[in-house]
Amino acid sequence: MNDTKSPPLQEEKVGVYVCHCGTNIAKVVDVEEVAKWAEGNPNVAISREYKFMCSSLGQELIEQDIKEQGLTKIVVASCSPHMHEGTFRTATENGGLNPFMFEMANIREHDSWTTDNEEAATLKAKALVNAAIERVVHHQPLEQIPVEINPNTLIVGGGIAGITAALELADGGNHVYLVERQPSIGGHMAQLDKTFPTLDCSACILTPKMVDVDHHPNITLMTWSEVEKLDGYIGNFEVTVRKRARYVNEEHCTGCGICIEKCPFKVIDNEFEAGLGERKVIYRPFPQAVPKYPVIDKENCVYFQKGKCKACEKFCPTEPNSIDFEQQDQILKLQVGNIILATGYELFDVKRIPQYGYGQLENVFTSLEFERMVNAAGPTEGKIVLRDKETAPQSVAIVHCVGSRDENYHKYCSKVCCMYSLKFAHLVHERLPDATVYNCYIDMRTPGKGYEEFYDRLLKEGTNFIRGKVAEVTDSARIPEEEGKIIVQVEDTLIGRQRRVPVDMVILSPAMEAQPDSQEVSQLFKMGCDFEGFFIERHPKLDPIATMTDGIYIAGACQGPKDVPDTVSQGAAAASRVASLISRGTVMMEPIRASIDADGCSGCKICNNMCPYNAIEFLEEEEVSRVITALCQGCGTCVAACPSGVITGAHFTNDQLYSQIEGLLWDIQSLEPVPAGKEE
Amino acid sequence: MSKQFEPVIVGFLCNWCSYRAADLAGTARIKYAPNLRPIRVMCSGRVDPQFVLKALLNGADGVLIAGCHPGECHYVNGNIKALRRFMLLKKTIAQWGIEEERVQLLWASASEGIHLAERVNQMTEELRELGPLHWHDKVLDGNGAEPVSVKEA
Amino acid sequence: MGAKEKPKLAMYWAASCGGCEVSVLNIHENILTVDEVFDIAFFPCIADFKTKDLEAYPDGYIDVCLFNGAIRTSENEEMAHLLRKKSKVLVAYGSCAYEGCIPALSNLTTKAATFDKVYINNPSIDNPDKIFPQELTKMPEGDLTLPVFYNTVKSLDQVTDVDYYLPGCPPEPPQIWAVLQVVVAALLEGAPLPPAGAVIGAGTTAVCDECDRVKKEKMIDRFYRPYEIIPDPEQCLLEQGLICMGIATRGGCGALCPIVGIGCRGCYGPPEGVIDQGGKMLSAVASVINAGDETMEEDELEQKIQEAIDTIADPAGTFYRFSMAHSILRRVKNGKGDS
Repeated sequence: MNDTKSPPLQEEKVGVYVCHCGTNIAKVVDVEEVAKWAEGNPNVAISREYKFMCSSLGQELIEQDIKEQGLTKIVVASCSPHMHEGTFRTATENGGLNPFMFEMANIREHDSWTTDNEEAATLKAKALVNAAIERVVHHQPLEQIPVEINPNTLIVGGGIAGITAALELADGGNHVYLVERQPSIGGHMAQLDKTFPTLDCSACILTPKMVDVDHHPNITLMTWSEVEKLDGYIGNFEVTVRKRARYVNEEHCTGCGICIEKCPFKVIDNEFEAGLGERKVIYRPFPQAVPKYPVIDKENCVYFQKGKCKACEKFCPTEPNSIDFEQQDQILKLQVGNIILATGYELFDVKRIPQYGYGQLENVFTSLEFERMVNAAGPTEGKIVLRDKETAPQSVAIVHCVGSRDENYHKYCSKVCCMYSLKFAHLVHERLPDATVYNCYIDMRTPGKGYEEFYDRLLKEGTNFIRGKVAEVTDSARIPEEEGKIIVQVEDTLIGRQRRVPVDMVILSPAMEAQPDSQEVSQLFKMGCDFEGFFIERHPKLDPIATMTDGIYIAGACQGPKDVPDTVSQGAAAASRVASLISRGTVMMEPIRASIDADGCSGCKICNNMCPYNAIEFLEEEEVSRVITALCQGCGTCVAACPSGVITGAHFTNDQLYSQIEGLLWDIQSLEPVPAGKEE
Repeated sequence: MSKQFEPVIVGFLCNWCSYRAADLAGTARIKYAPNLRPIRVMCSGRVDPQFVLKALLNGADGVLIAGCHPGECHYVNGNIKALRRFMLLKKTIAQWGIEEERVQLLWASASEGIHLAERVNQMTEELRELGPLHWHDKVLDGNGAEPVSVKEA
Repeated sequence: MGAKEKPKLAMYWAASCGGCEVSVLNIHENILTVDEVFDIAFFPCIADFKTKDLEAYPDGYIDVCLFNGAIRTSENEEMAHLLRKKSKVLVAYGSCAYEGCIPALSNLTTKAATFDKVYINNPSIDNPDKIFPQELTKMPEGDLTLPVFYNTVKSLDQVTDVDYYLPGCPPEPPQIWAVLQVVVAALLEGAPLPPAGAVIGAGTTAVCDECDRVKKEKMIDRFYRPYEIIPDPEQCLLEQGLICMGIATRGGCGALCPIVGIGCRGCYGPPEGVIDQGGKMLSAVASVINAGDETMEEDELEQKIQEAIDTIADPAGTFYRFSMAHSILRRVKNGKGDS
């Protein structure tokens, strides 16, 4: 017989169902004993045990009992709520009660599966069941909240992920704003030469899609633009976008490119050409850039710096002139219902590993430099040459896992580097048939469709595979054969020996990393990123495209390293999710949220800054705070912090939690009442 | 045969990480001390220090607050507030004369079932050694009506 | 029979400082009205009343009893029981009776330690024989008794039923007068009284409601003791790092302390609906400590937060300064060898 302190608030009739779960629970917990014992609680009207509560018969039992016995609340003691909370809430609802008049006691994952001690398990089960009974008595009916969806969508990032998502949505008849920070869409894929494993020319498969985006009536493209502020909530976001000044008037410019031709000044192109090539000061990042309008690099422009030149303006043939040195940034406010973040990746900065020699040894290259080199439209017109731009290397070493699978930098495997390193090996074989190629790897990871076959091909092409993580890349020769070469020091673990491999060129294959500002971006969009900076998905297995914030989705490498097929899939998946919401028109939101009793609020402002979703606004006139329900994610942090106790967390109220604590300690607590004073 | 003292630990587990870690420990059939009695909250940031005090008042020998690792909180930084509150609570609890092993904080991601189990085992033994707290009966009961022995002071 | 009997007023002090008695006098000329309306039945502070006078009254004789002071000794408790018996309406007057107040801070130590400090081991005492007051001393002439000194200080409602609580240390004169008016109206005109158990003569929201200081972002880097800084006269004190309990304290006092630049001490007790004032204050204050964020490594995070917390000198004493008896844990765990 257990004692409860608080008398029933009203005439409560709790139905308790203790599940055997076959033998999963019943083997260790005496379920009949627990069910019988629960009857002693004055709030309990009926207490049963049953073999499988989640079965349709089990659920019907609940529905029937509610109808026939007039039950007011339901407790099921079985598995984890992550398994069947939904199931039993539905059963409760089918019985005629509000689905939130239900509580679960986890006596399987948290009890029977964790101990062989039957006595202790049964005692713990009683405590958990009692806690559930005491808690459920305080449950209030809750309704999901409907919110209307604005059919416009914002996609941030114009790489292949963003482009895919934009086209999927736009083809479906929905309007999309595509915002891209660079002057052109295309992302990193535009920089690549060939894509593995098919060796399709990257530009050839990408540029048609870019053109589609350019011409699509349902896509408003904003390049050279960034999102600055986000307000609102799912279905009703207001986004502030800064469209930076190109100093080129988009209405008049025909994209003829004369200004670029005539610009007398060049700078090293550190973005698109990875520092290997040059571009003009007024430029398009690459010939197939979308949109076609050039942009003036203000910092290097002689007119902006010294007031001279203006060659672009002089030679511009359009009437009126398309060059506009007075152009200002534009601030635009967009109303959208959903947002897809496809902000992509950066490559690990190989300078962080000084022993690999990049920047000190001339002929150590990064993967991106090599991509530009082998690209027919690149700075060397596709010729593989050393830094002197003339000499072809006779031997090349490709270093895998630079910055990944490494405790010192990134622990994760970057997924794509083995494949692109093999691709590089292939390209060297193709263009320099007499060159010797070494790939130094830890494991060969080629899981995709056609990937293992690609590896096999490389084996047959005569690549030398050395299974070992490269320790050092140096020009310090120890023997005459090493003079003038770059030596790769590596332990060949398959033969169990240290090797020093002298080569002419070393290509480092760095990991894909999150963008350096991914944390600021995640805060701007009110979701989260993990330790490595990748955006956090709602569920790593079952929902990799949604985030914890309703209405914000992620696609592509910003969520984690991945190759083009996976990126495209994710982009399409995100678009599909958004399309489904748009077609529904309204979305129902979980009612587990906070609310503030305005009468009790003293305006102390402890809560406002605490909310990571900026969901608590301060009403200046009334001098009280208020929760914007649709923004609130229901974490309860403000509820715990409010020193007046006037914030209520629906379904996790203080009353409910205090009762749960009391119920949990039924076998120990003394019978003396808690000090007089009002319960919260 | 006298039964050994079985401490009771009330646990506040956050829905997204530590509760799932406990689920995982069960799914993987990891056997650990049955002394933890969990309460689910959506976020460790929901844990009001009053809950901890209430649990101790009502007979818990110890309280374990478990949340996501910093940087991984499902709600961005609820666990950081939980940590701040926990640290100030620790300082206050020391002033109440409560041993620091009795109120603990643990970060456990959803995949760290073993980690959680190990901490429960460890905490159970720590509390077993400290003995029962039984605040209501042992601390609040009685008013010191018996004469004071100066030698105790 | 004679003229209609005036209602009876009593005021008693248990473990108190006398400030509550002074506060009643502080209602200025309204005291004359009090004298007009009431007969003082028992008020040891101002006139020579004896316990036997009180015992002689019939039960319920006193209409309103203002009981101030906490329950420290068995005498305090006996008088509480006696006054409850003899009074129709028992008001826990002032913070001591309401929630323990300063006397209840003694719950942070033990009776044994207190006696040792007061009677045996302190710089201004010379007591080599370790003599201290005994509850029972047998003399040839008879037994001498002293009240039992309790280990735990209690609030009035922890020993008997209380009808109303009037918070404050002391209660503010305008509030006292407002309450007395309500009582007078009820007694003389049959006007309704507030529901039993109510906190009266005070607001329901926190002190911030009455405080005019400008409140902005609450992100506090560190805290200061009151003497360490001179606060800006316009800005919220808590935001400047001074511990102002106003956020977790019931209002009704007019925010008198914050107005003059001293952080609220919390004497009106917790706002309506909160049980443990100190716990709530702790939660709120810790939540807005601007130290550490989710980008930091765990060690650095703890260290940064610890640095900020180290600037709070005495959380238990500060946050529970007035409400110790009503707090959840109520007293410190006794020393070694104690159960």
